[in-house]
Amino acid sequence: MNRYILPLVAVVVMIPILILGLQSDPSKLPSQYIGKPAPQFSLPTLKDPSRTLSSADLVGQVSLVNIWGTWCVGCRAEHGFLMQLAEQHQVPIFGINWRDNRQDALQWLRQYGDPYVASGFDQDGRVGIDWGAYGAPETFLISAEGRVLYRFAGPLDQSIWDREFAPLIAGASQ
Amino acid sequence: MRRAPGLLLLIFLMASTASAIDTDKGFDDPVLQARYTRLIAEVRCVTCQNQSIKDSNAFIAADLRREIRRLISEGKTDAEIAGFLVTRYGEFVLYRPRFSGKTMFIWIAPFLLFLFGSVAIVRVVRYRMNQPIDDDLIDEGPAS
Repeated sequence: MNRYILPLVAVVVMIPILILGLQSDPSKLPSQYIGKPAPQFSLPTLKDPSRTLSSADLVGQVSLVNIWGTWCVGCRAEHGFLMQLAEQHQVPIFGINWRDNRQDALQWLRQYGDPYVASGFDQDGRVGIDWGAYGAPETFLISAEGRVLYRFAGPLDQSIWDREFAPLIAGASQ
Repeated sequence: MRRAPGLLLLIFLMASTASAIDTDKGFDDPVLQARYTRLIAEVRCVTCQNQSIKDSNAFIAADLRREIRRLISEGKTDAEIAGFLVTRYGEFVLYRPRFSGKTMFIWIAPFLLFLFGSVAIVRVVRYRMNQPIDDDLIDEGPAS
């Protein structure tokens, strides 16, 4: 009997590890900034290139930073929900318009509405990389101190909002 | 046959231009260019994860190549460039993760497994060598 104990222990240890491995989705990269200060940036705004949107604008209230582009199908999908959020005035939404064309982006905001307090125009994509974005849309929840509380990659909707964002916002504004 | 070396050279030249997908100009210095080529082969493309950014045409791969070119031309070391990437995307983007507390296990696991297997084999072989040979089990051919 004794000789079976070691393999049995090995199997019992391995099975939960393998099950965990099967459940984790390797295409979802965790953000490296959770709990850390949001990356520093300064970008000309989409609507007025002479004005800037920078990290300093994020400090003072809980806010969202949404990375978007007109080339991004998921951004179109979540746009309605962002408009709804903006109308409810829950949190200010700052946009980072990633690797886009200014005319296209302005046209998009005219056509579908503008949920953003301001959008920074990240034409060459460097700020997106600084935020560790690997696709769009990505939405970051930023604390009043300018720390990243949460990052969601993919189109945002009501159920994700209620499940992930709302409790954190409630916790952060206490 | 006298044309063969020239033809070979042409083939090699075509092969090297076929793999380049950067539209920007490369480094004039061949040493820097070689370093760049080596570095981008070791960085995982974050949207197409089983490709390196050297192989991938995804926009994020092109952007990361541009950032690496910029960092090289700014005189950053390989370790600093790896740090730049890891700060933003995590250890996962490096095909050769750096040796640290978090990644120690994946670095030493092969050696541990090798050691474990060797010990197991030695023990099994030793055990069996000490077993008496049971003559009855030896097949001496068909009984006549």
